[in-house]
Amino acid sequence: MTALLDIRGLTTEFRVNGRWHAAIQDVDLSLAANETLAVVGESGSGKSVTALSTLRLLPQAGARIGRGEILFEGRDLAKLSERQMAKVRGNDIAMIFQEPMTSLNPTMTVGDQIAEVLMIHRGMSHGAALNEARDLLDEVRVPDPARRVTEYPHQFSGGMRQRAMIAIALACRPKVLLADEPTTALDVTVQHQVLTLLDDLKRERGMGVIFITHNLGVVAQIADRVAVMYAGEIVETADCTRLFANPAHPYTEALLRAMPRVDRRADTLEPIPGSVPSITGRPAGCYFAPRCGYARPECGHHPVLGPISGAGGSDHQARCILRAKAEEAA
Amino acid sequence: MTAVTETIPARKPNVLLQTLNRNRLSWVGIGLLALILLSAIFAPLLAPHDPLQQNILNRLEGPSPEFWLGTDSYGRDVLSRLLYGTRVSLLVGFLSVLIAMTVGSAIGIFAGYVGGMVDQLIMGLVDVMLSFPTLLLGLMVAAMLGASLENLIIAIAITETAPFVRIARAPTISAKRKEYVEAGRALGFSPLRIMGVHILPNILSDIVVVASLWMASAIRTEASLSFIGLGVQPPTPTWGGMIREGFENILSSWWLVVFPSLAILLTVLALNILGDALRDAIDPKLKGES
Repeated sequence: MTALLDIRGLTTEFRVNGRWHAAIQDVDLSLAANETLAVVGESGSGKSVTALSTLRLLPQAGARIGRGEILFEGRDLAKLSERQMAKVRGNDIAMIFQEPMTSLNPTMTVGDQIAEVLMIHRGMSHGAALNEARDLLDEVRVPDPARRVTEYPHQFSGGMRQRAMIAIALACRPKVLLADEPTTALDVTVQHQVLTLLDDLKRERGMGVIFITHNLGVVAQIADRVAVMYAGEIVETADCTRLFANPAHPYTEALLRAMPRVDRRADTLEPIPGSVPSITGRPAGCYFAPRCGYARPECGHHPVLGPISGAGGSDHQARCILRAKAEEAA
Repeated sequence: MTAVTETIPARKPNVLLQTLNRNRLSWVGIGLLALILLSAIFAPLLAPHDPLQQNILNRLEGPSPEFWLGTDSYGRDVLSRLLYGTRVSLLVGFLSVLIAMTVGSAIGIFAGYVGGMVDQLIMGLVDVMLSFPTLLLGLMVAAMLGASLENLIIAIAITETAPFVRIARAPTISAKRKEYVEAGRALGFSPLRIMGVHILPNILSDIVVVASLWMASAIRTEASLSFIGLGVQPPTPTWGGMIREGFENILSSWWLVVFPSLAILLTVLALNILGDALRDAIDPKLKGES
């Protein structure tokens, strides 16, 4: 399986009080065609920074890609000029955002906003692009698309707006879609519809989807593989089913215990004490150690991402010294 | 569903009308402005006499059934000159503000969007421009360019560009952080397209409101410069020029100064009322007050 998008050792730094601090460090992610990779973690774990770095959308003042490669079909996006990068954005790699209410321009019709992308990247005429926009709205299951293309965003409900956003993002048939918490602001029923839609579109078009979320329920519904992030690092990656069945990192385990489930009593939920350390205040050694129930003196050494056995041929890795020791002993 | 979609597009004007209705004074301003505009357009039909026709026999006559607002020292009808003067005032006010708005907003949006050093440099220059009194700056530019209608418009436009830079920059900075702008970048749109197509329409209302207030100021500046003699040259009737000519006979012929002054006063007042009303209509924080 050749990777469509291969992120290697990506480190993005932010300038805080005149010094550069790594917001994400040594992030390795690979995404194949027709695959959904979920990136999970708490707020501040670096999920969104990873996505924004991939498209180089971070503000130029105060943020930089320190190290690493972002290989898209063999081309390193980190080395492209801004002009070349503009051709990639929206065309080869598209992104959808969390807030459907503010992600559309209130002064333009939805049809014109979809048509705009097609006119820029495909050089289509306005008329042809509007026809295509209508077909796209139909494809994302917006009812009565012929009328809807002429309407403004305020005439759309939240779920319909998110569909319109998806139509804009998918207009140029991108190979990779970055979805940054696209369902967080929606009702659960609408959320389910949008997730199903994204899954269907992925299958029909053979896209690779990176799905960023903090909702493990959503992960279970759509992901093929999962990467768990904590304090700017990937702490565990595994196939979706394997991760839920055999979490190897204490953080993943804690996340799963903190997730409400229909088949369990809500009062057995265990919150994770404390919060994600800020990028200027990360502890030496394992970043999760201060919140970890298994922490030992060895955790003062920073762990590496190591393989976990028993995954049955699929790739399962975790960043935990205790786990690495257990693997050695076995 | 059909009913809903048909009512929604009309929503914005409705809010505008409601707010205007709440404040009765705004209708006075709008009515006044309509009257002034109509008298400028139909000046040739409304004017009882030729504004340039001199008649030494009738010089410095007070208001009478024949000359409603009296005659000046050349025997020209003051009412007719006043009506024709409206054209110059509105033309200069409108065009100079249009130029200042276009240039100033473009610079302001650019500064706000690009940010950083460029922004600081531009805003530094704007502060320098703003530190000159409007009239003094206009006087300097008009004196440098020479007195004519075009130069007057350019001079006033230059004095009023700096405020528009400021007015356009602030909402640009907040619009820049909106997700649709970020989404535009994620779709590979050029900065020029984002500024022109995605930011400008969203901040236009802020700019237009202020434009109506600055148009009042432009008309005042035009009158002042014409009064000094740096405006449109005689015999073309302008309000400022009429006041200057009437100034020589102010003690004996009060009507020469009073009526053009009233015209300026009412026009500026009408524009200010309209500007305030528009601001109230657009600013959600002020809704329900006043």
